[in-house]
Amino acid sequence: MKQADFVSLVMPFKDKVFRLAKRLLVSREEAEDATQEILLKLWKNNNKIGDYKNVEAFSMTMTKNFCLDRLKSKQASNLKIVHSNYTDNNTSLQHQVEAKDSVDWVSKIMEDLPEQQKIIVQLRDIEEYDYEDIAKMLDMNETAIRVNLSRARKTIREKLTNTHQYGIK
Amino acid sequence: MVLNNIKTLIEKYNNAETSLQEEAQLKAYFNGDHVAPEFEHYKPMFIYFSKSKQEQYTKDVPLNSKKTKLYQWISVAAVAVLMLGLIVPSFMGPTEEEKQEALMVYNQTMEAFSLISLGMNEGKTQLSSLALVGENINEGAQQASKLSQFSIMTNKILKNN
Repeated sequence: MKQADFVSLVMPFKDKVFRLAKRLLVSREEAEDATQEILLKLWKNNNKIGDYKNVEAFSMTMTKNFCLDRLKSKQASNLKIVHSNYTDNNTSLQHQVEAKDSVDWVSKIMEDLPEQQKIIVQLRDIEEYDYEDIAKMLDMNETAIRVNLSRARKTIREKLTNTHQYGIK
Repeated sequence: MVLNNIKTLIEKYNNAETSLQEEAQLKAYFNGDHVAPEFEHYKPMFIYFSKSKQEQYTKDVPLNSKKTKLYQWISVAAVAVLMLGLIVPSFMGPTEEEKQEALMVYNQTMEAFSLISLGMNEGKTQLSSLALVGENINEGAQQASKLSQFSIMTNKILKNN
């Protein structure tokens, strides 16, 4: 496989790999490093890539494992927390500030979720994979995924409701 | 009607029973401007999900990794070492004078060895004559024993007389 073929194969999902890495590692730099590492690993095995039925799912599994390893290793013990910038909301300034605040709050809530739930919410609610694909990526059955997802969604909702109603932060 | 629909969808959503289409519907609803106050608190969640999806990986990936470069240089280094191994001895090897000296020393030793071997051969011939002498001595000894037998016999005869 030539470099151009590889790039066109990897292009569609490299952002997804990056976002999953960022969800788990929080820091943008760490996530960029992880993504680079994963793409290089794929490139190194590019003669075997044809054997994989679903390169994207395979890459997502790789990303998950890689990031969990990073989290376990000592290297990741001094992770920095970097927030990404959100683009214009197209509403009034007051609204915008408020919305940005609560949107930021969602990302903080998600940071507190257990790793497994983080991954599942990321794959389902953000990347919009169907359950079958997620099951393959995480090597879990669909019921377990649904249970975890439901738990995560309820946790997010509860925390959001709390802040919304009582302003607890 | 729409509100009811959203309500059931949210219920399903929280139980993780919604399909991707239904979730897209929810996202579209919450990203819009007209969100009912009772669902207001869901808004940031769906906005966050939609926003997160827009984040992109912008860094370049150096596909020709450093490792492969290192491998290329290893072969070059190996060839260089081999060439040095071949060339250095022929340049730094013994000069013509040293070679002649060595040849002379070799010839001298060979001469000395041949002299020694000559002496050895002479010694060997002398040794064979010694062996002849030894044989004669043995014969003499046998005759001497005969003689002693003879003298014993004569003594006996003299006693009898």
